[in-house]
Parts: sequence; C-alpha cells; structure tokens
Amino acid sequence: MKIFRGSSSTETIPAQSAQRLTRRSSGLGELSRMWESAEGLCVLDLGATSPTNIRHFTERSHRIYSEDLLTASTDPALLIPGEGGKDEQGNPVLDSRKFLADNLVYPAAHFDVVLCWNLPDYLNEGLVKPVVGRLWSVLKPGGMLLAFFHTRDAGPDSPCHRYHIVGPDTLEMKKVELKREVRRGPTGAVHTAISDSFHLQRVFNNRHIENLFRDFASIKFFLARDNIREVLVVR
Amino acid sequence: MSASAVGLAQIGKSVFIKGELSGSEDLYVDGQVEGSIALKGNSLTIGPNGQVKAGIDAKGVVIQGKLEGNIQAAERVELRKSAIVTGDIATQRILIEDGAFLKGKVDIQRD
Repeated sequence: MKIFRGSSSTETIPAQSAQRLTRRSSGLGELSRMWESAEGLCVLDLGATSPTNIRHFTERSHRIYSEDLLTASTDPALLIPGEGGKDEQGNPVLDSRKFLADNLVYPAAHFDVVLCWNLPDYLNEGLVKPVVGRLWSVLKPGGMLLAFFHTRDAGPDSPCHRYHIVGPDTLEMKKVELKREVRRGPTGAVHTAISDSFHLQRVFNNRHIENLFRDFASIKFFLARDNIREVLVVR
Repeated sequence: MSASAVGLAQIGKSVFIKGELSGSEDLYVDGQVEGSIALKGNSLTIGPNGQVKAGIDAKGVVIQGKLEGNIQAAERVELRKSAIVTGDIATQRILIEDGAFLKGKVDIQRD
C-alpha cells in the first residue's frame, strides 16, 4: 500500500539558538496515535542519546532503547583492510558482519516501534541493506518503522540532523557534529573516526525506498515541503 | 565538594578492584571496578575518571565516567554530560544531561 500525502513544514525557533529548527511530521503524528493509546511499548530510537526522546517515552510508561548507529559506523576497526579500505568512489568499505555483531543486537521481534530518522541517507553504503534487514528482524510483526529520506532538491550538503520529539507531530532538529567525546565510543577507546562529520551519502528515489523495505508488509510515503520524504513502514 | 570531604567511601583513580563490591554506605568510584556493585539503600557515584564494568544495584546512581553493565536503581539515576553508559537502566526516575552517551534500555518502574 502506498499513499502520498503532503503536510510537513519546517520553521525556525526564533529564541535562544539559531541551530534549532522544528518541523511538523505527518509520520510522527501517525505513530503518536499508536503510542498515546497503547501501553508498555518497546521503542528503539536510533541516534545520539536524546534526553528529550527518553523523557517522551518514559513519561508514557513505554520502554525506550537508545543506540547511535551513525557514530558507531565511524569506528576505524570496521574498515576492511584487504580492499584498501576504500571503494572506487573513495568511500570507506566497512565490514557489515562485524558492525552487526556489535550493534543492533536484540532478540527477534522485540520492538513495537523503530525510529530510524534519517539514518539510511547518512549511513555507509555497505551497511544500509544489512541494517534494514536486522531492523526487520527485531521489529514485531505489525511493528512500525519511521524513516526520513532527502529528495534530490535537498542538495549534497544537507546537514545531518538529530530529531527530538517535542509534540505529537512536532520534531526539533539539531545538527549532528562528531565531537571528540563521542568518538571515544562505548568501549572508551579513543580513536580517530573515519570522518569528521556526516555527509549525505546518496539520494534514494521512491523505487529505491520500496526496494529497501521490500520485506515489510506495507509502506506509506508522506511528502514534505522541506525536501524530505517521510516513510512509515509496517513489518 | 569532594567525596572525601563529605565522608563518602571512595575508590581513587589509581585503584583497580575485581570482584563483588557491597556495602551499606554511599560510595564514590573514580578508579576501575570489574564485577558487581550492590549498595542497597545507598548511592553510587562514578566519578569522571571512573571505569566500571559491573552490574549495579543501588538506591541512587550518578555517572560522570564510564559504565559497562546494567543499573537497577530503587530511586534515581543521573547521567551527567560526560557519562558513557552501555547497559540497561531500570529505575523510578532518571535525569540525562545533553551530551551523555547511552547504548541500552531505559525502563521506568512505577511504584
């Protein structure tokens, strides 16, 4: 099932920080109805630790898991040395098996909701399909996943944002920057990340997105005015 | 105010302990601990130099350093901005500062 709707917009919060933007999200609005009416949901939030999101879900008696896959993907230990560490385009070639051995390690059919945000747009090419495959397996049948994809009009320099839930259909966006403390990683080992910042890796068209989520039961597109397509998929 | 100044039991940053740690007073860990920490009815603080690989069972837990392990806190958990935590947290109340790193679950337990 594919439904196209248009309703999202972006606006700047005038006070305090020019870096903080808000946007309306139709996909979030639809998901919100689910978690406002259900109890004890299990939610996976893929991004840097967000106190705002953790508070949002714990106040509603849901369990939230936090995992920052984008930062985890900058670990130099993931580079495949035999291939020089780079592909023909000069992008790093990463070991997806090693990545999935250390990340997204959860029981099958564990989550009701996965908040994927804009992860596929910024994740290393070799990790995207394996990660989506793992997300399929950790979602419960009927569970929902929300992802954002830039359109071509967004341009190659679109900054990577972290999304914080500030209302039933409203997100606050903060630009993601790799900080030295973040690069230290969960093991505490200080290492030099593969890159200093996150860049848009590719632009998915609708066919690519459908293909990426082909194992899921349904996919719904929401068109936005800020060159981002929201996608809500159901396992 | 330093840990010693307020009379906390303290593990300094040059100390490494491996095994089960239990007690009935508040504890400040700025060194390394591997094993388990049980302080039922009391609080644990992991200082900025602290590196703990242990399951924790305490009344309150404040983390400024690094923890690998699950936290079971009867009352409250605080992750300060320098905290790096890999593990699940079960508690009644939680405070997470911007910049803290958490890889794991947060489960708020009601009375």
